[in-house]
Amino acid sequence: MQQALESQRHSQRGRRRVKDSFGGWRENVAGYLFVAPMFIGTSVLVLFPILASVVLSFTDWNIVTGYKNANYVGLANYQELLTNSLFLKSLKNNLVILLSIPVTLIISLTMAVLINRYVYFKGLFKVIYFMPFISSAVAVAIVFRVLFHPTRGPINQLLMSLGIDSPPGWLADPKFALLSVMLIMVWTSIGFNLIIYLAGLQNIPKELYESAQIDGASAWYQFTRITVPLVSPTTFLLLVAGMISSFKIFDLILVLTNGGPGNSTITPVVFLYQKAFIDLKTGYASAISMVIFAIILLITLIQFAVQKKWVNY
Amino acid sequence: MFERLGYVDLRKLTITILMALLGILFLLPFAWMISASLKVEADVLTFPIQWIPERMNAIENYKAVWAGALPFTLLYWNSIKVTVITTITSALFSAMAAYAFAKINFKGRNVLFIIVLATYMVPPQTLLVTQFLLYRWFGLYDTHLGLILLNAFSVFGTFMLRQFFMGVNNEIIEAARIDGAGHARIFSHIAFPLIRPAIATYAILRFIWTWNDFQSPFIFLRSDTLYTIQIGIKSFADDHGSIYSLMMAASVSAIVPLLIIFIIGQKHVIEGVQLGGVKG
Repeated sequence: MQQALESQRHSQRGRRRVKDSFGGWRENVAGYLFVAPMFIGTSVLVLFPILASVVLSFTDWNIVTGYKNANYVGLANYQELLTNSLFLKSLKNNLVILLSIPVTLIISLTMAVLINRYVYFKGLFKVIYFMPFISSAVAVAIVFRVLFHPTRGPINQLLMSLGIDSPPGWLADPKFALLSVMLIMVWTSIGFNLIIYLAGLQNIPKELYESAQIDGASAWYQFTRITVPLVSPTTFLLLVAGMISSFKIFDLILVLTNGGPGNSTITPVVFLYQKAFIDLKTGYASAISMVIFAIILLITLIQFAVQKKWVNY
Repeated sequence: MFERLGYVDLRKLTITILMALLGILFLLPFAWMISASLKVEADVLTFPIQWIPERMNAIENYKAVWAGALPFTLLYWNSIKVTVITTITSALFSAMAAYAFAKINFKGRNVLFIIVLATYMVPPQTLLVTQFLLYRWFGLYDTHLGLILLNAFSVFGTFMLRQFFMGVNNEIIEAARIDGAGHARIFSHIAFPLIRPAIATYAILRFIWTWNDFQSPFIFLRSDTLYTIQIGIKSFADDHGSIYSLMMAASVSAIVPLLIIFIIGQKHVIEGVQLGGVKG
């Protein structure tokens, strides 16, 4: 008797629960509670700041003078910015930095193919080439500041001992500083690109290579006719990721050169930092933020547009 | 044909050796850093490079770094505290939201998910100015709590873990509900343990990113007693800019522990990076 009652109660509860899972207020409350920390956090720390930035970018607010002295200035910040030669220079520098991405991609893909098919101890090589990527950018920058020292650094001492009498001044030379930064960026980002390429290579069917081998195709032919085209979605992903992250580099440049010498390595983010936290021009810095945001959004939108075409091919 | 019958493939062996040489070249900056950190200052820039120091000065160098004016023991403690708390809270908040977005049918779920996802497109640098104002207003500027909160809400983590929660079989969850379990219980006793490897992967990535984060402490901390390793070594380099052996000892102290963590957890790190396709 009691058992029957139990089982009846049990099945009733069961029915109620099953019905529950299609919705109901308990489900709603549970959902909101679970999402609450994330939603509140991103609202306060991302959504609100980005909206506030839009508003601030139309004012001349300077953090020292207080908000009572802030005035609405319309598009003046943006107009000044787009004619500011230092900001335009920082944009130009960032475009030059973009050139390091294809170089990184070519080196990474070649190494990924070699590691994937032609090498013993695959795992060990992954770890070795990944190390610079995992290392603190600040420490890496400090080490390279010494390695690239114009007169006493090991790199130039090596070049001089090889008979090059006046090697470049690297980070201290306005003509070579940006190139030096780019070389370090290639070194640190090969690991990341290589790892993603290795994942991409796993998606290429092995049979393609096997049948190519039976037809007597050379390794070079297999690389250019099978690997490169079939890994192109990964290449595209890495190209976009590289472009976006190039607009975010801050620590490496700040510690290596602080934008110098003679502003030869200044980037939009370093310029933003100088205006916001050294000159304390809050309104103006917000306008810089908006321009950087717009550039990254544009790259992302182009990515979506192009990717749609690629999914269909 | 006969080559292939042997124990090793000759071409594969040759390429392995070439790649190993390239790998050594690749790691030379690290080797130089470690070697310089052990030397007497006068020997740091001698040429040809002394890879194995003739005059050892390791103890003095590391003592100056670890027990100097801004002792590395303090920086390490700050970094460990901030990184561990950030990693735990970030993994927990991400997992909770991810579970809700994957397994709870609540009103407005899709709208909320899209809003959270959209914030991922905003580059963190563009938020610095207003976050700074907000932090001064809330009294979070120059506190560890503020620093932790900055990285505690990860949209990337939410998105990544959601994929794994979606893979959890609905029948298991239904069965638990029939037994009278609520979502809190299902999450903590069933769903969370089921995707533990994915959470470990996310946590180790978050740990590395937070440990290496320079920008947030650089902007949001002012007191040097609160400094983490990353701004600590910058400020150390600014003070000792001309004493290279000490700077290298500081760099080694900043890089090597994390490299060890990476080597131990390399499978998780590499899988996580491949999974997310994200750069820190």
